[in-house]
Amino acid sequence: MNENSQTGDYRTKQTLETFSFLPPLTQQEVYDQISYMLGQGLTPAIEHEHPAQSTHSYWTMWKLPFFGEKELSNVVNELETCHRTYPDHHVRLIGYDSYTQSQGVCFVVYRGKAW
Amino acid sequence: MAKKYDAGVKEYRDLYWTPDYVPLDTDLLACFKVTPQEGVPNEEAAAAVAAESSTGTWSTVWSELLTDMEFYKGRSYRIEDVPGDRESFYAFIAYPIDLFEEGSIVNVLTSLVGNVFGFKAVKHLRLEDIRFPIAFVKTCLGPPSGIQVERDKLNKYGRPMLGATIKPKLGLSAKNYGRAVYECLRGGLDLTKDDENVNSQPFMRWQNRFEFVAEAVQKSQAETGEVKGHYLNVTANTPEDMYERAEFAKELGQPIIMHDFLTGGFTANGGLAKWCRKNGMLLHIHRAMHAVIDRHPKHGIHFRVLAKCLRLSGGDHIHTGTVVGKLEGDRASTLGYVDLLRESFIPEDRRRGIFFDQDWGSMPGVFAVASGGIHVWHMPALVNIFGDDSILQFGGGTQGHPWGNAAGAAANRVALEACVKARNEGRDLEREAREILEGAAQHSPELAIAMETWKEIKFEFETVDKLDVS
Repeated sequence: MNENSQTGDYRTKQTLETFSFLPPLTQQEVYDQISYMLGQGLTPAIEHEHPAQSTHSYWTMWKLPFFGEKELSNVVNELETCHRTYPDHHVRLIGYDSYTQSQGVCFVVYRGKAW
Repeated sequence: MAKKYDAGVKEYRDLYWTPDYVPLDTDLLACFKVTPQEGVPNEEAAAAVAAESSTGTWSTVWSELLTDMEFYKGRSYRIEDVPGDRESFYAFIAYPIDLFEEGSIVNVLTSLVGNVFGFKAVKHLRLEDIRFPIAFVKTCLGPPSGIQVERDKLNKYGRPMLGATIKPKLGLSAKNYGRAVYECLRGGLDLTKDDENVNSQPFMRWQNRFEFVAEAVQKSQAETGEVKGHYLNVTANTPEDMYERAEFAKELGQPIIMHDFLTGGFTANGGLAKWCRKNGMLLHIHRAMHAVIDRHPKHGIHFRVLAKCLRLSGGDHIHTGTVVGKLEGDRASTLGYVDLLRESFIPEDRRRGIFFDQDWGSMPGVFAVASGGIHVWHMPALVNIFGDDSILQFGGGTQGHPWGNAAGAAANRVALEACVKARNEGRDLEREAREILEGAAQHSPELAIAMETWKEIKFEFETVDKLDVS
């Protein structure tokens, strides 16, 4: 048997940091991650950007971070509205941690149509 | 009232055993595990350690009367039994802050672990912990960037970072080495690392390595859209060589360099950390030689002390052991010093080997690096043990993949993200490890093959250095 034929070809992927090596999250899986974020006391925030500029540190903010938000459904509504408004853009969800002054969570929820 | 000079040899405990002393908030406190020679009473041995690591010498000298010894002397203020050990005891010693130069870890160690370790009245001596007063902490530089800044620079949030040490550790040419780096990074690792043994040997001079690695980092970043880095080892035989290498890494636009803080020494480390702060470079710290110093349960320096010293001296990452892999590491003790590296206040907790409250104030935290003999099957436990502020490094576990480095990297990245996702969903990572990994492998042939390759490997030996707990 030709051993080389057993070796797979690994194709480089364009990826979007955390969770981008998993299959796209289902709606329920996204909800679970939002619940986790809210449970950790993080402040949800939404950002979007055209895929051509997605390697920049700063994406465009969707409104302001949702300070004091505890309701899963409100976060979901904002995500959906942002996505409908900018269907070509990536949309990511961030959980700001004011104690560490960092982001406790950040992952892309919707990938831009053109990507 | 003036004292009279009385030449001769006094018992140490007359001056240095002070059980009524209440330590000051500004005192530097130390806990030693002392094993005295036979016939030496515990109080005398404890007092001798306090004296020999501070102001004392074996004979009274007249010039002592020119100073205020009560102000400068170290004091042994408490002794405690070591649970389950009749031969040794713990001695707690308080040192006035003015015994040490501001911001100098070198000075602290020269006093606390200097001549006293060869002192005849003690058979063995081990420095278990140091409480650095906040007044001293504020004089130290600390991590050049720290955890939060590094996350922002590298754009990695909500998960541990993933790395690998490039193998084989010696003998590759610079171009072949860069190839191995490129393959790991394009496959999904965030960071790769020079092996600590790689400096600038005849088979691969440092300039050549740095150039090829820089190309590998840039190309993988452009292709994946993610931020990547490689710890370029700048450890060298002279400070001048070390800085020359650091400058070149910066010139090439690289984000991170690396140093071996024990073989290189604290002076070199402190200097390099300062350079990194000034130049906006991240600093990875390796710990070659640590096991010589920290492994024996009765002699040497516990790693928690070396870890604290490094946080003060300056480093953004440090190796901590893996708990689960091929290298030594007791779980509770490792978790104890991982907290000491990352948190801002750590309370005394003997079950984790922490002898003092430690307040770090605003000192940034250091990433804990778990590296050595780990593979995908360890991932759930590693994520559970180390949490997000860690770097999990799979050397053989990436590059030993049957399809090569890129597929190995992808396998680890998929496993890591599956574990983080499961943890956030409230699942028990260690109990459901198999289920979580097998689920993830359904979408990743790379992971399925990695799981098949390493399914039999275990590293189960007893830990040599165990915590003494009652």
